[in-house]
Amino acid sequence: MHGSVTVDELALAEELAGSGITGAGRVASADAAEYAMRLGDDALVLAQQLGMWITRAPELEEDVALGNIGLDLIGHARSLLHYAGTATGRSEDDLAYWRGEPEFRNAWLFEQPNGDFAHTIARQLVASLYLYELYGALEESADETIAAIAAKSVKEVDYHRDHAVQWVLRLAGGTDESRRRMILAVTDTWPYVDELFVDDELVTRLAADGVAVLPSTLRPAFEAAVDAVFTEAGLERPTGRTAFIASGGGRAGRHTEHLGPLLAEMQVLARSHPGASW
Amino acid sequence: MTSPADLSAVERERTPEEAQFDDLIAADSRIEPRDWMPDAYRKTLIRQISQHAHSEIIGMQPESNWITRAPSLKRKAILMAKVQDEAGHGLYLYSAAQTLGITRDEMMAQLIEGRARYSSIFNYPTPTWADMGAIGWLVDGAAICNQVPLCRASYGPYGRAMVRICKEESFHQRQGFEILLELMQGTDEQRQMAQDAVNRWYWPALQMFGPPDDQSPNSAQSMAWNIKRFSNDELRQRFVGMLVPQAEVMGVTLPDPALKWNDETGRYDMSEIDWTEFEEVLAGRGPANAERIRRRREAHEEGAWVREAAAEYARKQAERQLAASGAVA
Repeated sequence: MHGSVTVDELALAEELAGSGITGAGRVASADAAEYAMRLGDDALVLAQQLGMWITRAPELEEDVALGNIGLDLIGHARSLLHYAGTATGRSEDDLAYWRGEPEFRNAWLFEQPNGDFAHTIARQLVASLYLYELYGALEESADETIAAIAAKSVKEVDYHRDHAVQWVLRLAGGTDESRRRMILAVTDTWPYVDELFVDDELVTRLAADGVAVLPSTLRPAFEAAVDAVFTEAGLERPTGRTAFIASGGGRAGRHTEHLGPLLAEMQVLARSHPGASW
Repeated sequence: MTSPADLSAVERERTPEEAQFDDLIAADSRIEPRDWMPDAYRKTLIRQISQHAHSEIIGMQPESNWITRAPSLKRKAILMAKVQDEAGHGLYLYSAAQTLGITRDEMMAQLIEGRARYSSIFNYPTPTWADMGAIGWLVDGAAICNQVPLCRASYGPYGRAMVRICKEESFHQRQGFEILLELMQGTDEQRQMAQDAVNRWYWPALQMFGPPDDQSPNSAQSMAWNIKRFSNDELRQRFVGMLVPQAEVMGVTLPDPALKWNDETGRYDMSEIDWTEFEEVLAGRGPANAERIRRRREAHEEGAWVREAAAEYARKQAERQLAASGAVA
């Protein structure tokens, strides 16, 4: 199934135009821009990580599948960052390449390194189940641009979700070694779950206006989806307090040690040629 | 490969199968997997299609080198899509080769054990972003000249795979051209970067058409079998003819001072190609041969536990289904 995914000229033409969603020139409010930047940074940082798998995946079909998921996420990031930039007159590339680490707003989950394939799949499971609930709810956003981006993205994230679920089942139900690795990956990933569902001032304000959705309200559906997968896979969802003390500063620009090197690599060429166009 | 025994087959009494094969070739029809075919035809195709598949897979590496550092999100998306297309091409081609009776595992083993060949151009490194443009423009451009005639190759699964591949390749070539054009219209540093990349990739791209016609051992038989349609030198001429006007539009210089149109011969005159370098790279002594194979081997070995898990999971599922149906009966 995943092996058949290719990018044709039409899809790419749409990708070139930043997924075709530019909000018809709508300018984001300061709050909506900050919110779009959070979502855009989550997508961008995850896409950057998935891009590293290409030529290194366990099967050629996975080079294609992980690349395809990364490509979808780049599309989401471009739309979201484009919209975020309208508030301050910056382009998607200004935001992606010319912000420093403290200005990035992604949650910690997305900047955690690929690890082995099981760790990537555990991260993909959490990310795609969360994003599916989030974008599904944001289809109803009072902000038309955010609603349009969410409506396009949710369809793609649905496929990402299926990809992650299928692999969790295979790794948990495969060999002793794959099961051991999958359990370790889930344990290592779970401390980063809480941050995704924190309601801070910004989202509370935006949710009151119907622009954003309160992350805490997504958690029951997320956990039900996780439980369904884990029951079939014979895995246990880590419960209780798993997060570290003081974890989860991503939305305020406090990051783990992993984001800096990731950005340094991503930005190096663009920053070596200020003002150049590509 | 061009064994005299095969050629003389026509002269002795032909079996009905041989006659049918010869008739299909003579009528320029397709040979399909169910049809009888001479062993040498089968072997030639397995060699050619698997080399082609390997080239797509190894060819992902020099470009994936820039995915994480692509200088804009648009370029990153295009590059990821392109490398992903190449994986897709590799997969169709491995499937086409499998219809001839070789497994993907065998082909993969040949590749990572260094027993199979792939296009030697991918043994050159990609030190700068401009290499993404030069690979698209020159390497994909040369590949298209080689591959468009293969859409009419006599073996059906190969010809059909090539139709799909060529459509995507021509898109890649335009993207490469566009990358270089953008650089040539940019800063001095960007223009320098573009010219330097063209200088490095031009000659290896010309070598992609293979040795001159009088030194190409497999060509005659392949042309007789309608696998190959034009000679190496004809295709090389056609490629250069395509590059010259495009280079002018961009403002890059093709690095051959002797390159010029010759009215008398109706061909481009060009400098002698350095076949010593070609032979060296082909023999495994190119700048990145060892690295390319090592990356493929590592990905394969490090992914073994995942493939084993998937196989074991499938086995258990099948067992459960069998048990369930047994319980019902």
